[in-house]
Amino acid sequence: MPASLSSPSASAASAGCGASRCGGTASQIDALDSPLRQKVQDHPCYSAEAHRHFARMHVAVAPACNIQCNYCNRKYDCSNESRPGVVSEVLSPEQAVHKVLAVAAAIPQMSVLGIAGPGDALANAERSFAVFDALARRAPDLRLCLSTNGLMLPAYVERIVAARIDHVTITINCLDPDIGARIYPWIFWNHRRIHGREAARILVAQQQLGLEMLVARGVLVKVNSVMIPGINDAHLPEVSRVVRAKGAFLHNVMPLISDPAHGTAFGLAGQRGPDAAELAALQDACEGGASMMRHCQQCRADAVGMLGEDRGAEFTLEKIAHLQIDEAAAMQRRVALRAQINAGPGGTGAAEASAAVLPFARAATPPARGVRMAVASRDGRHVDQHFGHAERFHILEVDGEGVRWLGERAAARYCGGEAECGEQDNLLARTVATLADCEVVLCARIGMAPWQALESAGIRPDGEHAMEPVAAAAQAVWHALRDAGRLTAAPFEDQKRA
Amino acid sequence: MALAITEDCVRCWACLPLCPNEAISAGAAGFDIDPQRCTECVGDFAAPQCGEICPAEGALVDAWGHALNPPGSLGGAPVAAAAPAPGPRPGC
Repeated sequence: MPASLSSPSASAASAGCGASRCGGTASQIDALDSPLRQKVQDHPCYSAEAHRHFARMHVAVAPACNIQCNYCNRKYDCSNESRPGVVSEVLSPEQAVHKVLAVAAAIPQMSVLGIAGPGDALANAERSFAVFDALARRAPDLRLCLSTNGLMLPAYVERIVAARIDHVTITINCLDPDIGARIYPWIFWNHRRIHGREAARILVAQQQLGLEMLVARGVLVKVNSVMIPGINDAHLPEVSRVVRAKGAFLHNVMPLISDPAHGTAFGLAGQRGPDAAELAALQDACEGGASMMRHCQQCRADAVGMLGEDRGAEFTLEKIAHLQIDEAAAMQRRVALRAQINAGPGGTGAAEASAAVLPFARAATPPARGVRMAVASRDGRHVDQHFGHAERFHILEVDGEGVRWLGERAAARYCGGEAECGEQDNLLARTVATLADCEVVLCARIGMAPWQALESAGIRPDGEHAMEPVAAAAQAVWHALRDAGRLTAAPFEDQKRA
Repeated sequence: MALAITEDCVRCWACLPLCPNEAISAGAAGFDIDPQRCTECVGDFAAPQCGEICPAEGALVDAWGHALNPPGSLGGAPVAAAAPAPGPRPGC
């Protein structure tokens, strides 16, 4: 469980961790409970590092839902919590268990089994828990997670804990019932259908209570929100702030999908979704709250494989029906592979891998402004790459409170060998342009030409921290800049404009 | 006295576990209510449970063919106006 959720030394206000491979000082990393590291380091949805190495699958055993959302057409599956299109097969719990074991035998990267619909996992509680309970016995190395609208969450918290489900995602689109009334036309509650504002009031209350109860029991909670322009977009920063204060570990703001062809109430009414810029701006506005997740792929409720791929077609019921599975051998392969990945190239085990997630404590008044940095790192943990060899840069926001990983940016690879020499100037200029909003570039080594190009662009190259852990290096650079009095001036962007 | 499921059923399964009489079954052709078992929830609940949770208007009818959830009864609340010029949206 996260330190920030369970440790008395961490206040609720400091809760929230980044889905980042970089960040935080060594002491911050040490302060993390190792169970939290273990919970996220091989979960592709929670750790930006893990999503390259580990696979997940969803099993569609939960067709029923107990609320109606205006962004969902029940005829076709939920278009926002799982991507458009009918779930290929609604599985019985027995079929689902067999499918999970078959996939986990064929894909040793399988680390996570989730139940995310196509309805609501807890509106189908008996079916969902039948799968979880069987897998806890037969594939105890798999992490279990579920996704819910939260309506029935308080009633099932104890069962979730007993089933050793360590990640729960709650879709929370609002705190204000008046806003909720525009998103949820009705809920099914206490054997009755309830409409309008009262429905939204009950749903919001159950979601918030469920969040609090899960955090109190040490279950990792991610919050999903669907961004609906004109309805909840201005409200979501407040949602982010509140769920973070209550201990949510990640906040994932997703764009409304409202193609009229999906037949949702929003789609038919012409409610638009946000464009990429609006979504990014809202995610930025929410950054002060729960750490934002930016690699979400809005997977289907029956997705199989690495994030962003779907190998579901390889594992249809027909294809796996008569498959004989050596469950013990399959588990051994998974455990061995996981150990190998977590050790990493040159990695030193759990402590290094833990850099994947960090608490991001916030002081009341930032002592100096933050600095955006780009880091050339091959293993994602150390400043271990030559500037010219970097195919991508990790972008960090560093300030006195910690380090946040903002994402990755592909570089134009300018040092590609003799054959590309004629292209070098052009490629270098393109790479520098890619990093224009960064103030510092950390790398293991850098040649004269790129050094000068970066400096001319107002970017400070730094090769002084070669092979050091990324977070520690970034913090050291930030402290040096602050001590030199360079972080009291206007933000970098304003300086550049001036 | 029994309810029936029409072809407007979206096969979402929501009703099935709620029936106090286990009258609902999921067949190859769709969901069915066993008229011998259905009591319309009289004595168990204030309203038929299938009708209370069903998301599809017109999918459940009583013995006279009247829809428990007639057209328009389950629709969403008024939603925000469309954007002036919605272009192609990411993810759609």
